[in-house]
Amino acid sequence: MNETDLGLWAVPLAILGGAIRVSTPFLFVSLGECLTERAGRINLGLEGTLVFGAMSGYAVSYLSGSAWVGILAGALAGALFGLIHGILCSLPRVNDIAIGIAMMLLGMGLAFFFGKGFIQPVAPGLPSIELGRWSDVPQVRAALKINVLFFIGAGLAFAMWWMFRTTRLGLIIRTVGDSADAARAMGLNVTLARVLATAAGDALAGIGGAYLSLYYPGSWNEGISSGQGLMAVALVIFARWNPLGCFWAALLFGGAGALGPALQSVGINQGYYLFYAAPYVFTLGLLFVTSSPTRVMAGAPGELSITK
Amino acid sequence: MSHSNSFPRRRFLQSTAGLAGLGALGMLPIASAHAAAITVGFVYVGPKDDFGYNQAHAEGAAAVRKMEGVTVIEEENVAETVDVQNTLESMIRFDGATLLFPTSFGYFDPHILALAPKYPDLRFQHCGGLWSADKHPRNVGSYFGYIGMGQYLNGVAAGHATKSRKIGFVAAKPIPQVLLNVNSFLLGARSVDPTITCQVIFTGEWSMAVREAEATNALADQGCDVITCHVDGPKVVIETAAARNCFVCGYHADQSALAPARYLTGAEWNWASVYTAMVKSMQAGEAIPNFVRGGLAESFIKMSPLGPAVPEAGRAQFEATRARILAGGFSAFTGPMKDNRGNEIVSAGQAFKESDVELESMNYLVEGVIGSTA
Repeated sequence: MNETDLGLWAVPLAILGGAIRVSTPFLFVSLGECLTERAGRINLGLEGTLVFGAMSGYAVSYLSGSAWVGILAGALAGALFGLIHGILCSLPRVNDIAIGIAMMLLGMGLAFFFGKGFIQPVAPGLPSIELGRWSDVPQVRAALKINVLFFIGAGLAFAMWWMFRTTRLGLIIRTVGDSADAARAMGLNVTLARVLATAAGDALAGIGGAYLSLYYPGSWNEGISSGQGLMAVALVIFARWNPLGCFWAALLFGGAGALGPALQSVGINQGYYLFYAAPYVFTLGLLFVTSSPTRVMAGAPGELSITK
Repeated sequence: MSHSNSFPRRRFLQSTAGLAGLGALGMLPIASAHAAAITVGFVYVGPKDDFGYNQAHAEGAAAVRKMEGVTVIEEENVAETVDVQNTLESMIRFDGATLLFPTSFGYFDPHILALAPKYPDLRFQHCGGLWSADKHPRNVGSYFGYIGMGQYLNGVAAGHATKSRKIGFVAAKPIPQVLLNVNSFLLGARSVDPTITCQVIFTGEWSMAVREAEATNALADQGCDVITCHVDGPKVVIETAAARNCFVCGYHADQSALAPARYLTGAEWNWASVYTAMVKSMQAGEAIPNFVRGGLAESFIKMSPLGPAVPEAGRAQFEATRARILAGGFSAFTGPMKDNRGNEIVSAGQAFKESDVELESMNYLVEGVIGSTA
């Protein structure tokens, strides 16, 4: 209450706040997809996992009384979806993109089916850390109320970046993703590595879904995801398969999503449909500028079905 | 999507509705010799428990279900595409529905208009559509409620609750019904204090959870301390606003359970009263008028009970205003009145009552609303 009049400063503040609030699901899903794609598979089913994770996280949080148990449930549900995707794609002549679309429809359908009874109840949500105590401007305090999962996601981005660069596990995933033949020559089990990478990546997407229903916007309903799962898959390409890039891309998309409402709130009303399209226009522009007709996309794992 | 998974569900509904129909037939001679057996179909664009538009209609369907000799079939999440034609046809052919309520605005043109001539003996009742005798089939009816007056009463409660004298509105699209609600909300608040302003943010979509939450946060950042909305499911707006310590006014259905301490009141549909009356006249063999409208007095809309945060003076003015609306002839749009660009919209001496058709083509925001229709 007693909000201070910020004038046009409200816009950058809203973008900052929005970036932090809205980016977390993008971050988790894109990190999950990054892990899977670095191992050589594309999983388009993450939108379904996101919605199912949102539903199962909310339901289990409501039934158990603890939001953290809900997050765990979202992750487990995601891992299960990932296992199914991973195992099905390991069969001969199975296309991972087709399976991904099937898993997406399955995840959403199951979530709507099991989630019917959980639209009305109010489940306990996730706590947040108030980093804005130093400020006496309430808007700054509200913008800096940051959920723990955001920090976990940011830490995970760094951890994954470090893992790919320097650890044996990272090397295994990269080898499997870049050349299955080389991996086999090294004595690695390519199929197992890919199944596990898909399961782990899908578990992260499940956590991203649980964030949607347990923190922001913080309730379960059938329209909870507006395509974040699909956009996050595109973000991975945008981030050139680099986990740190995923982090910045997720922040950018979150902030761009806050632009439309924030501009309207300070009186810039003309053409708000255009502002709502800002993230997509920006992505298109950036991909256009950085693409090249003479080489394959930089950083793309060699075994991906779209680059092969 | 909804189409791909609708077929097995329809199969399932067919068999269960068929069983229920058999049961009803068996009971008929004893239980309800006077009421003709009738099957009524309801189609919703979203989930029927969304705390909003669809829930309001589903509550009406639930009241119809309790009537004697009536079988109710429902399908939710039906898109405003050829999907709704398939759903309606299967309700007609497999379940024998003779009275249909396709409740979403976008079902009307071209979907209902395409089906109605094929089934001239059945009745299609559409919510919000603009039926006109010279253009549309006779077996199509349109009904709607003057819920703008509900938002006016929301505004009265908001005017007494606000400290910052800034109130906020999260709106979906700048169409006449939404603009009427935004304007009415502000005019209600200005009947308490003429210096109050209302900030409106359009999300551009009927249902988009994250953007609705962002819009609510942006309003709170601008100092709005009472927030209401016109989106399909107000749950996200109500919860987000309450978490930002704003007061909230509900819309479509009763959302008081989501924020008991901060919920002032809400403008709700009263479809239970409307639908049971329509089914009754259908059972009695009477014709349902093609164009039905009603407000508080006709029990088309109702208000949520006042919450604990409304001060005593606010309660008194709220009840007095409600009594004036119920008495009839009340007009919120009285001249001289300007829109927020300075154009005169109601001239001196002119006044629009809730039932005046001029209000159904509203394309402006009144003076005091901060926002733009385009």
